[in-house]
This record gives sequence, structure tokens and C-alpha cells, in this order.
Amino acid sequence: MTTHSEEHKTHILPLSLYLNVGAALLTLTVLTVVVARMDLGVWNAILAMVIAVSKASLVALFFMHLKYDNKLYAVVFVGSLAFLGLFIILSMADTETRGDLDPIRENPIVREAIIYRDSTRFTNGHETSELDTAGAATDSADVVSDSTATHSTDSQTPDGH
Amino acid sequence: MSHDSTAALSYLQEPKGLKSWLLTVDHKRIGIMYLCAIMFFFFVGGALAVILRTELLRPERILMDADTYNQFFTLHGAIMIFLFIIPSIPAALGNFLLPLMVGAKDVAFPRLNLASWYVYVFGALFCLYSIISGAVDTGWTFYAPYSTTTSTSVISMTLGVFILGFSSIFTGLNFIVTIHKLRMPGMTWFKMPLMVWGLYATAIIQVLATPVLAITLVLLIMERLMGVGIFDPAMGGDPVLFQHFFWFYSHPAVYIMILPGMGIISEVISTFSHRKIFGYKAIAYSSLGIAFVSFLVWGHHMFTSGQSEIAAMIFSFLTFFVGIPSGIKVFNWVTTLYKGSISLETPMIYALMFLFLFMIGGFTGIMLGALALDVHLHDTYFVVAHFHYVMMGGTVMAFLAGIHYWWPKMFGKMYSERWAKVVAVIIFVGFNMTFFTQFILGAKGMPRRYYTYLDQYQPLHGFSSVGAWVLGAGFMIMAVYFIASFWSKRKVGDNPWGALTAEWETSSPPPQHNFLTDPVFKHGPYDYDKIAVVGDYYKQSGGTKMAEKI
Ligand SMILES: [Cu+2]
Repeated sequence: MTTHSEEHKTHILPLSLYLNVGAALLTLTVLTVVVARMDLGVWNAILAMVIAVSKASLVALFFMHLKYDNKLYAVVFVGSLAFLGLFIILSMADTETRGDLDPIRENPIVREAIIYRDSTRFTNGHETSELDTAGAATDSADVVSDSTATHSTDSQTPDGH
Repeated sequence: MSHDSTAALSYLQEPKGLKSWLLTVDHKRIGIMYLCAIMFFFFVGGALAVILRTELLRPERILMDADTYNQFFTLHGAIMIFLFIIPSIPAALGNFLLPLMVGAKDVAFPRLNLASWYVYVFGALFCLYSIISGAVDTGWTFYAPYSTTTSTSVISMTLGVFILGFSSIFTGLNFIVTIHKLRMPGMTWFKMPLMVWGLYATAIIQVLATPVLAITLVLLIMERLMGVGIFDPAMGGDPVLFQHFFWFYSHPAVYIMILPGMGIISEVISTFSHRKIFGYKAIAYSSLGIAFVSFLVWGHHMFTSGQSEIAAMIFSFLTFFVGIPSGIKVFNWVTTLYKGSISLETPMIYALMFLFLFMIGGFTGIMLGALALDVHLHDTYFVVAHFHYVMMGGTVMAFLAGIHYWWPKMFGKMYSERWAKVVAVIIFVGFNMTFFTQFILGAKGMPRRYYTYLDQYQPLHGFSSVGAWVLGAGFMIMAVYFIASFWSKRKVGDNPWGALTAEWETSSPPPQHNFLTDPVFKHGPYDYDKIAVVGDYYKQSGGTKMAEKI
């Protein structure tokens, strides 16, 4: 981090600023708790995220000196978050809209189809279906300890090999 | 204009001894070590490809059973992608050239550079271990749920790829800092050679995207070892999520492979047209444009995966944007050629082959990005042909252009131009025989990754296999003339091709610290309109003709 030194030399921040930012962080923490106790519908999540983002920004800007550093670091920092957002948003464009245009594809597996008749392969752990024969675990503890029991009928185990 | 540096010992001569190589922090030696490693894996991956094509000569068994076949095509893909093509241009040629091109003594973090080579070797050993301990039969994409259930040794292979990713990140990080901090005095951003722009865009993708691959592979390993269930619908997971994770890296990774190749093409086309590159800024910005767009289009690999229709439409729409910066580059290269004084040396022949083959690869990519057409063509040989046109017709041809172009700089030796041109023709013919045939096969419905096929496909499969043998023979001859060049007595000058970028101003091969005097920026990398240099290569072989041309 030696390359910062030029930009740094004029910026030894006063202690009062650190204390003020610290106080702001504590206030926002209290606010988070207060807001969490109110029922605001979808706004609960949104408000919680807004508060969390402002707290993280305060830490990054003042405690981590991003505000006083070369602006390139801010670009890199925000850029990496933006790419993470991109990844999540475009993935959710898939996962949140499945079947919106073509309802048949929302549930593409026809459970009555002959090939599934005596198979437990496609039963969900949390859903009891008419196919729920002996092996299909509805017991969630069972599922966690051995996922393969519900997963396949052809005895392939995910061993480390 | 070139220094009289014949008295100085080159980086190849001093210091001496195996230890001085294994512990070197010289970017040129590390580049050469990378070159040896990737050429070894290119040979292994290529041998696998020839064996696979031989098996596919006829529908019935020729060399191996179906399980072995599955392992072979997986290994071919994994080796070629992770061990050859991703490190090929950045880590081998880029390492050697980047500091020379910006006039630096070395990269910004020489020790990190050496570490990246050892990390690469370490990762490669994991992959080799995986091969001897049962290999992998998932395809190089490691799709869940098959990769979480198959009994082959997926974990050691994915762990190997995980480790290789760090090597790639180290290289990218090093290049970014080098380009920001170590340019010679006077070289501003828009006076950098376009190869450097290509490496810069590549480095950004390496640093941004590779961690996502690492996360994906760790999740896959956790899924296998502990059954965490993130990709398992029985536990509320989603196997399509694996594909999102995987392609968020692997689509941009395609540009890790092609962008530095495009940088090479910019250098070679300008040098051998003896003409200032047309649209410098457009080419530079389009490298960054491609890098950015590459992060928005990964879902085009998943049109038939069960991804939602809305997401598929968004991804299809965004995919077409890739065509814009790619088109900008191609038009600028072609315009550079226009009214240029073109000399057809081997590097230029490969650059022109790149233009031709990359265009076919690019256009078929647009076809595959169209939703309705992709449903028919998905998972057929059409896709195989498309990405071989981009990756081999594009990146490998650019790599060959680059290695022929800089070979005299790297080793101070010249290969036989006559043999090199013959081989270029053999490779061009062999390549198109192998892969153009596969467009037809795919359009007719031949699925990829199949061990056997219907009799009606045999003539085309047979033709494609013969093409692979031609291609293989071409590469064998190439290996011979490159190795033979080490015994060549012919002197190569500092600047054989008469190019204007900084790496040609030092001796061939360069001294240990690149330049004997600190270089200062004197002229632009493509100022052929202001300066005429007759390359040493032309001075020897009828240089008067060339001088007249200029
Ligand atoms: Cu893609």
C-alpha cells in the first residue's frame, strides 16, 4: 500500500470524526432493530437493506479511507459490487420468472408418466407426492445425512474417490 | 534506432544453470517456462483429439469403449481450456512481451509472477492425478447433477482447475498493475500498443470472473463430499444454478482466450501492411467493450436447460451486442489492410487465416444466440464446430501468428519460412476439413459427445477425421521446424519485420533487464506514416524489393 502515500499525507483524520461515524453506526443499528419490530410489509426488507448499505458505506468511506484515497480504488470497490449485483440480478431473471410465459414448463415433469411410476428419483424432500413410496424420505434429518437416498435409484454415491 | 547491444549477454545466456531458471523472477524466463508447459499440454490435448476423431471414423468400436471415450473427450476439453488456451497467450506470450512493449524492466510483481507458474504446475499435477486415478467423464463443464453423482474422480480434477484459477488471477493482477504503473515515460494510455490493450481487458476479466469459477467448483466439491444440496432439487437446490455459476465465469473466459489474440492480430496486421492501424481508439475501446458485454450474456449457454423464457429472451438479446465490438475490430483490421503494402510472411498468413476463420466462428455464434435456431442446434456438432472456429480458428491461429512473429525476438533464431508457409497451408486445409464438416453434421442433427452414430453420418464423420489427421501432421512438422531453428546459423537482427513497437528496439534475444538504457517514448507504435524501417529480415533476403515498396 505504499503507493497511497502521496494522497495520504494530508489526511490524518481527527479523532472526533471517527467518534461521530461510530455514533452514526450505533444509531443506525438501533434504527435497524426498531424498524424490524414494525410490520411494514415488503418495506421491511428494503429499509433493512438501505440501512445496512449506508452502514457499510460509512465504514468503507471513513474507517477504510476510501473517501480520501485515489478515486480508482473507489471505482474498483464499487465495480466489484456492481458485478456481483449483475450476477445475482440476471440469475434471478431466470429463477424468479420460470413458467411466467409458458405455464407448462413451470412443472415440466408429469409425475403420472409411466417412466416415473416406480421411481423415487424426482420426489422432493419437502413435498409428499402420490409417488411417495417407501424410500422417499420426508424425514428432513434423513435427507441431510444422506442426500443420495432420495436422489438416485442407481446406487451411484457421491464418494470422494 | 536500435541499440547496438550485441556485446550484452541475453536473458537466455545469463545467469546459468537449472536453478537460475527454476528460481528466476525474470518475466521473459517465466514466459518461456509457461510456453514449454502449455505446449506440452497442447500436445497432450491434441493427441487426445486425434485419437477421438480416429474412434469416430466409423460408428463401431475402433480404439476404445464408450466409457473411455467419455473420459477422453472430457480430458481433451479440460486440458485444452484450462491448461492450454487460457494461459496460452496471456501467461506465455503476454508475460514475455508486456514489459518489453511498455518499456519496463519487468512486471510489477516478479515474485508473484513466478508463484503463478508454480501454482499452475501444482494445479496441473492435480489434473494429471485425476487422469490416472479414474479420469473424469462429465465433459469439461462439470454440469450438476451428473458431476455430483458420477463415480469418476471429479474432485481432484475440479480442485486442479480451482488451483489453476489462482494462477490466472495472479497473472491478471500483475498485468493490471504493470500497465498502470510501469509504462515508460511518455507512453500515455492511447500510445500503448493494442496488444497491451488486449492484455489489459483480459486481465480485468481474469480478476473479476475467475473467483466465481472457484466458488462454483468449491460448491461442487462440497456437494459431492457433504451433500450440501445447493444443486440438488431433492434438498431445495437447483441444478440450473450450477450452469449460471459456471457460465458466469466461462463465457467471459472465452474472451480471456480471444482478446489477447485480437491484440496480436492488431500488431501483426499493422506491421505486415506497413500501415498505421486504422481506428486505434475504436479497437482499444472495443476490447474493453467486449470485456464488459461478456459479463451479460452467459445465459445463452442455457436456452434449453429449463431456464425461464424471459431470461432466455434477455440473454439472447444481450448476446447480439457482442457482435458490435467484434465487428468494429474486424472492420478496422480490414481497413488497415486496404491500400497497405502487404507482405505475406508466416505471421501475416496466420493473421489473415484468423480473420477468415474468426468471422465464420463469430457469425455462427450469432446464429446460436438466436433462440429458436438454438433449440434445434443446441448440443449438436454445430456448436462443436462453432467454438472450434472461434477457439482454434481464432485464438490458436492468433497464437500461431504471435509465436511466429515474436520467435526471432524470443530466441534470436529464425525458423524456416518456407516450411512455415507450407505448414500454414496444411493447417488451414486440415482445420476446415475437420470443422466445417461438423457444421453440416450438426445441422443434420448429429448430437455432440456421442460415442457412436447412425450410418448416414459416416461419410461426414470420416471426412472430419481425415481432416484431424492432416491438422495433426501439420502441427508435427511445425514442432520440427521450430526445434530445428535452434541450430539455425542465420542471424536475426533486432527488428526483423521492421515494426515500431518497443520490444523491437532491444536486442534479439533481449538482455536480462530488457533494455540497456532506460527506454523513452519516441514514436507511436504504428507511426508507419512517419517512419519507414526496413526489417532486418528483408535486408537479408532481397531487401531492396521491400525498401522500394515502402
Ligand atoms: Cu458464451
